[in-house]
Amino acid sequence: MTRDEITTGLAEILEEVAGVNPDDVAEGKSFTDDLDVDSLSMVEVVVAAEEKFGVKIPDNEVQNLKTVGDAVSFIEAQS
Amino acid sequence: MSRPDVVVTGLGATTPLGGDVASTWDAMLAGRSGVSALTQEWAAQLPVRIAAQLAVEPSEVLDRVRLRRLDRSEAIAIIAAQQAWADAGLADSGLDGERLAVSVGSGIGGATTLLAQDDILEASGPRRVSPHTIPMLMPNGPAAWVGLELGAKAGVHTVASACATGAEAIALGLDIIRAGRADVVVAGGTEAVIHPLPIAGFSSMRAMSTRNDDPERASRPWDRGRDGFVLGEGAGIVVLERADHAAARGARVYARLAGAGITSDAYDIVQPHAEGEGAIRAIARAIADADIAKQDIVHVNAHATSTPVGDMLEIGALHKALGDHPVLAATKSMTGHLLGAAGALESIATILAIRDGVVPPTINLDDPEPGLSLEVAAHKARHMEIPAALNNAFGFGGHNVALVFARP
Repeated sequence: MTRDEITTGLAEILEEVAGVNPDDVAEGKSFTDDLDVDSLSMVEVVVAAEEKFGVKIPDNEVQNLKTVGDAVSFIEAQS
Repeated sequence: MSRPDVVVTGLGATTPLGGDVASTWDAMLAGRSGVSALTQEWAAQLPVRIAAQLAVEPSEVLDRVRLRRLDRSEAIAIIAAQQAWADAGLADSGLDGERLAVSVGSGIGGATTLLAQDDILEASGPRRVSPHTIPMLMPNGPAAWVGLELGAKAGVHTVASACATGAEAIALGLDIIRAGRADVVVAGGTEAVIHPLPIAGFSSMRAMSTRNDDPERASRPWDRGRDGFVLGEGAGIVVLERADHAAARGARVYARLAGAGITSDAYDIVQPHAEGEGAIRAIARAIADADIAKQDIVHVNAHATSTPVGDMLEIGALHKALGDHPVLAATKSMTGHLLGAAGALESIATILAIRDGVVPPTINLDDPEPGLSLEVAAHKARHMEIPAALNNAFGFGGHNVALVFARP
């Protein structure tokens, strides 16, 4: 999977879970500060991402995923 | 220090008869039933396959993402509270949040969330359980969400007294304002448990009507053919306000909440006291608290759920505590029984009866019980002057609540 494909997949999840406009999702965006994803929604995003990309994202890793780009890199490395 | 008067300045509801107060009240006065067959697949196996379902789905009012984190009972509490808030003209009033409290309860709480998430737990494991589960099922969830929505900082309270909840939440609001802890209280009840488990539970108690082939005629308080209540869902919210506060901002006043009476039976966990002793005391306390002559309380919106025992006990209690003059209504004949929201919705009906000078009809009262010794506006609404009126609400656990509303 390319980074763009992972970003698109994350954008779909963010729209479903938190109502984020897919056009706003880009690697440089912060989940909390830019996309307004709160902590409970972030949990939903993580679980949905695990399912979608067939990866495991441990809880202690989630705090390091500040931006969409962080998440893309993590998923890319795992898959 | 003299006790402040408390008035009602806003109303909101979403019910089986309509998505707001105006449509609900119009349907009530027209004698329409909100009961219908449950066509969901899960209903086929149940002994009871009828209910009074919301006329307007929450998804028509709140956006999809917001609804993901709300139990249905929370969503409809928010919807009704938004309406009541706008109706009271408080939206842009600059009311200090520290003078605003919330008192909203439910009879059963977020049971459908609990059950749905348990299904997910069983099928997919703990990691798939929604992180919103706890705030969706906690009993204080509806009150807390309403408080968030409106910016209430003087306390957010949750009363739980089964089918007396909505009325008791309003009584608590009265106490809060009288005690000076807030100038405005958003108060009421909410319930949304049309799901196989609560239906199976109530029906195992033999409390529900099984008139499955005739839904609109199933809820028939005081009729000899009644065979139990019909489960309903919905929310009713009122805005209570200190009278001088309302006057100072030129608010439209629907009615005065003149008094409340709350008692408990200490008799049985589900059966009402055999002589209605607790109900009698609640009504008497409410009248005394209101300091209104019994003769002026000419209308009662009764608890009257369409169960064989409860309906007639209430008649006896009204006779003893109030007299033989009031004209009764059992609006559950149309709305079904909204459990924790019933006392709030019926308070709204009581308030509008006073405002419009009309007793709403009690439908399906085709063959009245011989012991029905008080007048009921059967089938058709009755126009009359209503200086003051009473609303009763009783709940499993032996809870009895009576509220007296009066012209402002």
